[in-house]
Amino acid sequence: MISEAEVRHVANLARLGLTNDEVEKMSGQLGAILDSIDQIGELDLEDVPPTANALNLTNVLRPDEPHRELPPDEALSAAPDAVDDLFAVPRID
Amino acid sequence: MATDLLNLSAYELAKTIEAREVSAREAAEAANARIEEVEDDVNSFVTTTPELAIERAERVDARMRNGGVKLWEGVPIAVKDVLSTRGVRTTCGSKILENFEPLYDASALLNYGEDMIVVGKANCDEFAMGSSTENSAYGPTRNPWALDRVPGGSSGGSAAAVAAGEGWWSLGTDTGGSVRQPGALCGVVGMKPTYGRVSRYGLIAFASSLDQIGPMTRDVRDSALLLQAIAGHDPQDSTSANIEVPDYLADLEGGVAGLRVGVVKELMGEGIEAGPREVVERVARGLEDAGAEVGEVSLPHYRYGLPAYYIIAPAEVSSNLARFDGVRYGLRVPADGVHEMYRKTREEGFGDEAKRRIMLGTYALSSGYYDAYYAQAQKVRTRIIEDFRAAFARYDVLVSPTAPSVAFGIGEKIDDPLAMYYQDLCTIPVNLAGIPAISIPGGLSNGLPVGVQLMSDHFTEAMLLRAARAAEEVADFEYTLKP
Repeated sequence: MISEAEVRHVANLARLGLTNDEVEKMSGQLGAILDSIDQIGELDLEDVPPTANALNLTNVLRPDEPHRELPPDEALSAAPDAVDDLFAVPRID
Repeated sequence: MATDLLNLSAYELAKTIEAREVSAREAAEAANARIEEVEDDVNSFVTTTPELAIERAERVDARMRNGGVKLWEGVPIAVKDVLSTRGVRTTCGSKILENFEPLYDASALLNYGEDMIVVGKANCDEFAMGSSTENSAYGPTRNPWALDRVPGGSSGGSAAAVAAGEGWWSLGTDTGGSVRQPGALCGVVGMKPTYGRVSRYGLIAFASSLDQIGPMTRDVRDSALLLQAIAGHDPQDSTSANIEVPDYLADLEGGVAGLRVGVVKELMGEGIEAGPREVVERVARGLEDAGAEVGEVSLPHYRYGLPAYYIIAPAEVSSNLARFDGVRYGLRVPADGVHEMYRKTREEGFGDEAKRRIMLGTYALSSGYYDAYYAQAQKVRTRIIEDFRAAFARYDVLVSPTAPSVAFGIGEKIDDPLAMYYQDLCTIPVNLAGIPAISIPGGLSNGLPVGVQLMSDHFTEAMLLRAARAAEEVADFEYTLKP
């Protein structure tokens, strides 16, 4: 179990609204999933390097050359709201 | 005529079109008719695109008169709905993208050809998260072998479309088994190429360090051909490999004489149904009879793949799905103030599993938990890679069941996330290590298909396909249209 207060805290970090029912359900389910994940804690991995990418890619660079991208009207075509070639959002609180 | 066409493999159809015995348009018409016939039962698609398919097929036919058309271009295809298709609705199985039309095509689709004959956008678990295709906002896909059962997931629509003959082949995506497991459950071939073999540009990201696009086909030769069609370096994807793409068909029939094949010990015991184990044993014996050296191999950290994955993948999800915020595309639920708008949009737009993974990932990355979860999981990933490295020093190809069970009932596991996650036990370590793997139908258990998984080292797809082709030859299975 993780507490409902903790569920609400994490949901807030993720900017994710949850109903009260979802908070209750999530508290049990996340707890159960985390309990099963805890078995990785039993491995001694102190000197093991972490892997972020299986092919061990390092910086992949390209020439820094200007090229045409999407024109503004196309880029904004799927936006729920746009004003003056810009994405529009409600007041920032 | 139409039924005859539907019984051809994609390769055979391509050859028939190349010989001008049939047109791409006739193939597209046959696929459209078959979709019309079975789609009410199977629900393989979120969106069908019959007119688009005809229009593109006519263009392929016209171009054929001038030559320069690639062998596969006349073959109609189903495309998983997480792959961007310019001007064609792409939902990712999510309500949050219900009306989203991408502004460009995924690079893998453009590699296939400028006039790819897309018959529809295949259903999937929301943002490719799930193992049953029940996590789709557009209803579950049903397994063509047994309509009350799941097709697996997340590429369940792509798998079902191939099993049902709604087109000859399809594209899926595989982050933890999402091509191979539905392939296994629907009796079709599903392949996950090496990480970087196929460009991810235009694949709407789930877990970027694990995602890979893969072919879903009726047989191994079709997989080789479809991989040929989509593979290659792409400057638009910095993780795509700048390594030459070999001819995957050249040595496909080369056989397995002298090939070293290791059966994975940890996947042949407890936790795996007897049916799948027996099918794998039978195929391994068949490979031995065909000249392979077959032994047993241990991958001691295999079972830690599942818990490590359920840290790493959700962590990447919590980051990748942050872009769905009601600002640039997709759903917006109006509210006073931008933060409330984000929360409401995401509450209404995401389904249960997407929410669970966002929460899990955010939790694992949050202050105080990062080292215990994310950092530890990345170290487990290293251990799993080391296990594979040791195994590939002794064996060319590793073999195991693809999934711990045959297709299960719709609704059976949907309220038990852990039981659902367990479906990917055999497939997940492959993604963590970035190696290629393929699932082929090896036979039946209780009348339902069983998948046999073959794995090999990075960028050895040609050998893997050759081994899979030999395994297919000794398997007790033949593709027929279902239902």
